[in-house]
Amino acid sequence: MEPVQLEPRRRRRCDSPASVPQFCNSPTMLVMVGLPARGKTYISKKLTRYLNWIGVPTKVFNVGQYRRQAVTTYKNFEFFKPDNEEAMKIRKACASAALKDVATYFSKEQGQVAVFDATNTTRERRAIILSFANERGYKVFFVESICEDPEIIAENIKQVKFGSPDYADRDCEEAMVDFIQRIDCYRASYMPIDDEKDRNLSYIKIFDVGSRYLVNRVQDHIQSRIVYYLMNIHVTPRSIYLSRHGESELNLLGRIGGDSGLSPRGQKYANALATFITNQNINDLKVWTSHMKRTIQTAETLAVPYEQWKALNEIDAGVCEEMTYEEIQEHFPEEFALRDQDKYRYRYPKGESYEDLVQRLEPVIMELERQENVLVVCHQAVMRCLLAYFLDKPAGELPYLRCPLHTVLKLTPVAYGCKVESFYLNVEAVNTHRDRPGNVDVSRNPQEALQTVPDHV
Amino acid sequence: MRGSYGPANPRDRAVCMTNCPTLIVTVGLPARGKTYISKKLTRYLNWIGVPTKVFNVGQYRRECVKIYKSFEFFRPDNEEGLKIRRQCATTALNDVREYLSVEGGQVAVFDATNTTRERRATIMKFAEQNGFKVFFVESVCEDPDVIAENIVQVKLDSPDYIHTDTEEAVEDFMKRIKCYESSYQPLDENLDKELSYIKVIDVGRRYLVNRVLDHIQSRIVYYLMNIHITPRSIYLSRHGESDLNIKGRIGGDSGLSDRGREYAMKLRKYIQEQNIKELKVWTSQMKRTIQTAESLGVPYEQWKALNEIDAGMCEEMMYEEIQKNFPVEFALRDQDKYRYRYPKGESYEDLVQRLEPVIMELERQENVLVICHQAVMRCLLAYFLDKTADELPYLQCPLHTVLKLTPVAYGCKVESIYLGVDSVNTHRNRPENVMAQRSTEDALQTVPAHF
Repeated sequence: MEPVQLEPRRRRRCDSPASVPQFCNSPTMLVMVGLPARGKTYISKKLTRYLNWIGVPTKVFNVGQYRRQAVTTYKNFEFFKPDNEEAMKIRKACASAALKDVATYFSKEQGQVAVFDATNTTRERRAIILSFANERGYKVFFVESICEDPEIIAENIKQVKFGSPDYADRDCEEAMVDFIQRIDCYRASYMPIDDEKDRNLSYIKIFDVGSRYLVNRVQDHIQSRIVYYLMNIHVTPRSIYLSRHGESELNLLGRIGGDSGLSPRGQKYANALATFITNQNINDLKVWTSHMKRTIQTAETLAVPYEQWKALNEIDAGVCEEMTYEEIQEHFPEEFALRDQDKYRYRYPKGESYEDLVQRLEPVIMELERQENVLVVCHQAVMRCLLAYFLDKPAGELPYLRCPLHTVLKLTPVAYGCKVESFYLNVEAVNTHRDRPGNVDVSRNPQEALQTVPDHV
Repeated sequence: MRGSYGPANPRDRAVCMTNCPTLIVTVGLPARGKTYISKKLTRYLNWIGVPTKVFNVGQYRRECVKIYKSFEFFRPDNEEGLKIRRQCATTALNDVREYLSVEGGQVAVFDATNTTRERRATIMKFAEQNGFKVFFVESVCEDPDVIAENIVQVKLDSPDYIHTDTEEAVEDFMKRIKCYESSYQPLDENLDKELSYIKVIDVGRRYLVNRVLDHIQSRIVYYLMNIHITPRSIYLSRHGESDLNIKGRIGGDSGLSDRGREYAMKLRKYIQEQNIKELKVWTSQMKRTIQTAESLGVPYEQWKALNEIDAGMCEEMMYEEIQKNFPVEFALRDQDKYRYRYPKGESYEDLVQRLEPVIMELERQENVLVICHQAVMRCLLAYFLDKTADELPYLQCPLHTVLKLTPVAYGCKVESIYLGVDSVNTHRNRPENVMAQRSTEDALQTVPAHF
């Protein structure tokens, strides 16, 4: 770890790798295990999204995709028959190619976690992976999904298999029959992780979509976080509603931060939100706000119980609190430019960065995962962070996501991702979105700096 | 702008931890760490603001049967003994009901062997009648070394064996364990698949988790999966004396004074002499802790979460200035220092919430030196030493002093090492008069001397 520069602590970026606690010293391979349609890819993608969001560079390596590139047209389940020597060769080659890419990801692309998404149902295959990892000093953590509930499996197949490139030209019934036979091909040779023989391995076994877990030999912080995350997610259908507070008095004046109340239009929005929520007829809705007046006032209008989270407070703009962008340009032109250069990592003097926000929002995300229907009434920067998590947006895009006032975003998990519906509740509001200007150089003139500032009173 | 308080009623807190109270029930043979887990979990839950209490049935038994004679009390055919033990369990459960339903407790830990299905069924019925959720924590261990070490650490000093010599005590205790073994029915994957529980196997090498129902159970599982019993020490220290310290100003981000730098050198020497295996060093992201760590000449990690409490509008003020400019706020803080939030700043209560991931990682780690700040150190210390919210903001954490914490038995041994470098005193006791209308003199009565 390099020593940090000891100049004034107006650090704009977390340059030093020491600025966040080291989650893992050696790269980690997460190896999925399980029959087809057990949720391995669902878990792989979700986990990857979470890890990337909290700042751990993670990537999925889906062997099925390598296979689809090698064998461009999928005929039928016979490809997966255990006695199909030709196919076996191809499948082995695909797994090797994927492992090679894992090595490249770790050694050349600064990856920290690689999710090896395949059935990995035989001890032989897992031994190959372990040996590969041992040679290179990677840690291995297995995630096995075990499920025999026919309804869940059928639902999985419907949600994600029918849309697969493998079945693009087939009708649902045919696809279902073929896929079931595909699963059978694996069943005979499936050797689940053995609690005795494999007792020195690190793994988590997930039974029946999370009703039970077996966790063995968690080695380090990242594995512990992964286990915690996996134990908190669920697949029960639900929706998450994200909204900002109604327009505030400071919004109208073009001032950032602060703790002002709602403007008359903001109050109107709160009323519209109440109507909208009622009409949505949501089962058992939880409502969360921050500790700031404008979100609380918005929630009050809903006339339902709500919980306040300090973690949902807007990003702290430090010395720039309650300033207009014009004033920031006048008093802190250099800071203003630095922020435009790296809006994600830039920390306001005596304030926070988006990166800090993500860290304080992590418990909110974890609880959102546990919950079912939730309405989160929050703030622009906060909403951008939450949205980036659900829609898998990278750090570069996060601070520029559009989260206008008076608009509800309804997020519904579907297949491997999230469906987004945007509801503008027809109450006018100022625009608070400031795009990245053309010139982010410290030497720019005020005009260039203020090029993208939205209108205000 | 006036400062604000965190919500006084625990149920108004940020996240509703539980809608109904939770009864944690330990399960396991003697010397499997049930009381260790019970006490540690209780300490953690109370620290994060969930009122929790342990009900140890063994203690009830000791009150009932004043003098412990021998293991024969626990023989399965000792009818008299069984009657007393059943009675003790019932009394304990009554106290649980009182705590959870009347006294505002949120979690009760029922610490006993609870090794038979029958006993567990009784408890579940009790919980159902009273509207409590039940979560079992079973500890399973057959490693004779671990069991022997347990006995040495906590049984030999038990009131039961106070008049017995070590060899006799160990022998008796082993026979006591045997009394339970024949009737032990561990939680069963099939028969108990509707129950919520965690089985901790071999001191955490393996866990079986079944049907986690809610947030608090999820947090409990996460915590249990992160603690370990490998011997280690945690060293807590503040940064060396800073320039603002000397001026009697709070907060800010100043560098070390000359004496502060001297302390950093002494700290380096101390750490080297301690010869600590694989020591991790953590600092905050503020200059004064970083400068202190720099002198150690070893790698260190910076945590924003370890930054000093944000005094908001009072940042960099002297207490005299706070009294001059915000006399009402100053008084309010003295009235409830734990919950009081500086205008545009933080409260100790907020601090605890942001320090929770640090505590979790401290639990995972082994030897760690944490270089932090006064309020932060008070919060961490309160966690390790099980101090209440009222005591926490007044814990003594002077500059230039290292606190070495070593887990032992059910608690923590503390050694205080003053490294012999002078510094200002930054500790301000609660003054007598905390009323808003108090005189300036009364308000500043306990302010420590400064330049």
